[in-house]
Amino acid sequence: MARVVVEVMPKPEILDPQGKAVTGALARLGFPGLTVRQGKRFEIDVDGDLTDERLAEVNEAAEKLLANTVIETYTVHVADEAQADEGDR
Amino acid sequence: MTRIGIVTFPGTLDDEDAARAVKLTGGEPVALWHSEADLKGVDAVILPGGFSYGDYLRAGAIARFSPVMDEVIRKAHEGMPLLGICNGFQVLCEAHLLPGALIRNDCQTFICRDQGLRVETNDTVWTAAFTPGQEITIALKNGEGRYVADEDTLDRLEGENQVVFRYIGANPNGSARDIAGITNDRGNVVGLMPHPEHNVEDITAPSTDGRLFFESVRNFLAAAAS
Repeated sequence: MARVVVEVMPKPEILDPQGKAVTGALARLGFPGLTVRQGKRFEIDVDGDLTDERLAEVNEAAEKLLANTVIETYTVHVADEAQADEGDR
Repeated sequence: MTRIGIVTFPGTLDDEDAARAVKLTGGEPVALWHSEADLKGVDAVILPGGFSYGDYLRAGAIARFSPVMDEVIRKAHEGMPLLGICNGFQVLCEAHLLPGALIRNDCQTFICRDQGLRVETNDTVWTAAFTPGQEITIALKNGEGRYVADEDTLDRLEGENQVVFRYIGANPNGSARDIAGITNDRGNVVGLMPHPEHNVEDITAPSTDGRLFFESVRNFLAAAAS
């Protein structure tokens, strides 16, 4: 089984209040100079062989549901085997 | 009598209040269920507030793909009046019936207050009973009510008279250009973050300005039928 990872991030011009709050908390905890933007990571296990068609379907799913392209960007990449073997650990 | 459908998604909160508002203003509320692609022949639809699907993924993102929404979207494109309140507004943006998106409030907290609004246009089926420039008070309660869109979209909304409501006083959530509600180019689809269905009776609200939303669509549908 192949694993595909979709990462979704708020667009740079969109203020990210969650990232801003985390940035502030880090500074208070003594980790200054760390500016955070917070996004989402989807780990998707794909049944069967990971063909170009299947990968295209994952791209379509990301475009249609996983990201809102009005406010977010997304990337799709195939996890390497070591990562996929780790499973949910 | 005007039949107005009110959709209930898993996690919807304000469907009962919306039904009550419809009834108090002389309409017949019709309950619509998220998993049934059947609008039961209603004349208009309201997507009420709440937390559909627990706001999982993004507010409104999963509700937008529920079976009832295919029909709602199809009929809205044909001109059926459609009002999205709060979570309903988020669903309308996710469905691309309205441009832009709603993101977390810039204050990072949930807001619940009586909010002053200015009616910017009465050229929609949901605001025809208002006067342009009229200042009203409507309950506002949300965590993700900050309206955002790119500059071109904002310019177009303003240029085409599609900004329907603006916040007055301090901007409560960082919404672009103080926008509280917008409409589509045809004026049949309106989305706003404040909750008009909570402002229909003196006993529970400081104003009954919300009644005019429901009276607007009732009058529009009565005129269309005659």
